[in-house]
Amino acid sequence: MSKQTAAPPSAAKAEEQQSSTGVMDAPPDVDSKKLKQERDEAKERQKDRLSGLSREQAIELYRQMLLIRRFEEKSAEAYVAGKIGGFCHLYIGQEAVGVGSISAIRKDDYVLASYREHGLALAKGMTARSIMAELFGKATGCSKGKGGSMHMFDKELGFLGGHAIVGGQIALATGTAFATKYQGTDQVTLCYFGEAAVNQGAFHESLNMAQLWKLPCIYICENNQYGMGTSLARAMSLRDISKKACAYEMASEFVDGMDVLAVREATLRAVERARKEYLPTLLEIRTYRFMGHSMSDPGNYRTRAEIEKYQERDPIKLFTATLLEEKVADEKTLEEIDRKVREEVEDSLRFADESPLPDPKELYTDVYASPIEPGRK
Amino acid sequence: MSTLTIRDALNQALKEELARDESVFLMGEEVAEYDGAYKVTRGLLHEFGPKRVIDTPITELGFAGLGVGAAMAGLRPVVEFMTFNFSILATDQIINSAAKMLYMSGGQFKIPIVFRGPGGSAFQVSSQHSQALESWYAYFPGLKVVMPSTPADAKGLLKSAIRDDDPVVFIEQERMYGHKGEVPDDPDFTIPLGLADVKREGKDVTIVARSLMVPLALKAAEQLEQQGVSCEVIDPRTIRPLDIGTIVESVKKTNRVVIAEESHPICGVGAEISAEIMERAFDYLDAPVKRVSGADVPMPYAKNLENLAIPDVERIVAAVREVAYLD
Repeated sequence: MSKQTAAPPSAAKAEEQQSSTGVMDAPPDVDSKKLKQERDEAKERQKDRLSGLSREQAIELYRQMLLIRRFEEKSAEAYVAGKIGGFCHLYIGQEAVGVGSISAIRKDDYVLASYREHGLALAKGMTARSIMAELFGKATGCSKGKGGSMHMFDKELGFLGGHAIVGGQIALATGTAFATKYQGTDQVTLCYFGEAAVNQGAFHESLNMAQLWKLPCIYICENNQYGMGTSLARAMSLRDISKKACAYEMASEFVDGMDVLAVREATLRAVERARKEYLPTLLEIRTYRFMGHSMSDPGNYRTRAEIEKYQERDPIKLFTATLLEEKVADEKTLEEIDRKVREEVEDSLRFADESPLPDPKELYTDVYASPIEPGRK
Repeated sequence: MSTLTIRDALNQALKEELARDESVFLMGEEVAEYDGAYKVTRGLLHEFGPKRVIDTPITELGFAGLGVGAAMAGLRPVVEFMTFNFSILATDQIINSAAKMLYMSGGQFKIPIVFRGPGGSAFQVSSQHSQALESWYAYFPGLKVVMPSTPADAKGLLKSAIRDDDPVVFIEQERMYGHKGEVPDDPDFTIPLGLADVKREGKDVTIVARSLMVPLALKAAEQLEQQGVSCEVIDPRTIRPLDIGTIVESVKKTNRVVIAEESHPICGVGAEISAEIMERAFDYLDAPVKRVSGADVPMPYAKNLENLAIPDVERIVAAVREVAYLD
């Protein structure tokens, strides 16, 4: 390839850099002019989309994204302080995906997610207290301290987990969609997974059945471009994920995951298709995680500059600018929201800290719904 | 009472439970239009329609997971594996989803699902289609594991499994579908899970046998009776939870025990039963516990080799004579 041809995609270039230097410190593929242009275009598109929302709705989306951001920042601190054990996968950078899509569904609709689900649980209406307490392994946690970071559940709110085998939840969500259709309700299921899960058999097996049997499931691929430390370019032959729906004759869309309103609109279209025609949809929502895969990620597979490039497209920054420029809210209002959100998160930390550990007797509860005493007639 | 094959007894159980509860549905490969690869689901599509009896693509992980998800949302799926050999593809959903969901959700999501189908040795289908997997599933807390050996047990236990609120792995025996026996006609006839059955009473040696080994153990007991040895044959029927109490009571009476199983010996159910007996009835034993297991090899195809790989009446008789110090 000559030097005059177009530069390879950034991910591929990053891979070259990684293989040559180990830890990447070379300048990334950032064209600042192009970046500014992209950002301005995203802003214009978001402004156009704002008209479909009431002021209250718009501010609520902002509040939820900020709540997730602040919650996750505190989770990271608590993890470092040793208050949270095990794995802890943060949602920072991906807030627009969860908030935008869940704003498009009803309370009685189902959400199933992977292990990167704190933000989705908050967006579905679970309290910061119940989630933080679960992270702390306390009896007051949403799963009574038995699930932890990767297994948040709330039956009342239709939040059906927190699943930690990559792709496993895709088959489960296909099942909840099957059940709602069987029961004759018009509930829909949103199923979240990372782009790495697309390579699993469960993804393909599920999408095939969902389209074959017309199941009201919306498959939301949160493409944050890395499966742990492996870039998409190193793991997937066809990287245009939304195209994979063609294999099943399923509807699909590619969505800008840094624009909360773009996510909301795409999900609304998919939800309508699911409610009215029982048809599934695959949404590929392009996003980026600003933090590591988990709290123990050394981050040596991507450059600081690459992260900074995407931070310019921060979904909260973008929406803040839109709200201010369109005079939906002034600085004071947004600051007040931030203050309240910070208070809510602080309160959740206090609550989690002060909550009791599970009773030792809980070790043997919830293994069976109908425990059997062997030998009893 | 009617005389039925195990196949028809299972069919009756499915029919009665489908009729009894609208939230029960049946899915699997060839269960509907083909009438079931082993005809266990014969006529059910015709009677209950395609909403309740569903042919799946060959996609075991997918439809097992779909079933677990449907259970989370309030249905009671019966998922058929054409044979349990294919359940190996679905183990992630059976183990990581079905078995653990209630626990890791802090008691919020029960999974009332039955995974059923034939398992154990079949007739000359070689290594990948002829194996006993019960010890895999019995290993996991959260699952219940059932293996019937008679038509009445098959019907009564399957009905209990479908009505149970936990995931049940229900392993039928491929060679036994044609076995006949008396089955109660009462549509409310059930057999509780977790209850062993004394298939034959005796006083000298206890034989613990499950699934295909039960009829062989009974034949062995008949032969041994002629030789002056009285055998008690116990069928646990449910492997998890195991009714060890009934087995231990018998051992305390006979002081000698043989465990017959067609599975491999290593880390098998027989090893577990043996350990339990050691812990609970060591002082009552007059001889070491003796296992008669399937050969520790993949199942061969050739008829003579296959016969050598599966325990038979002669080997059970020899084992009983050994623990009775007769030879």
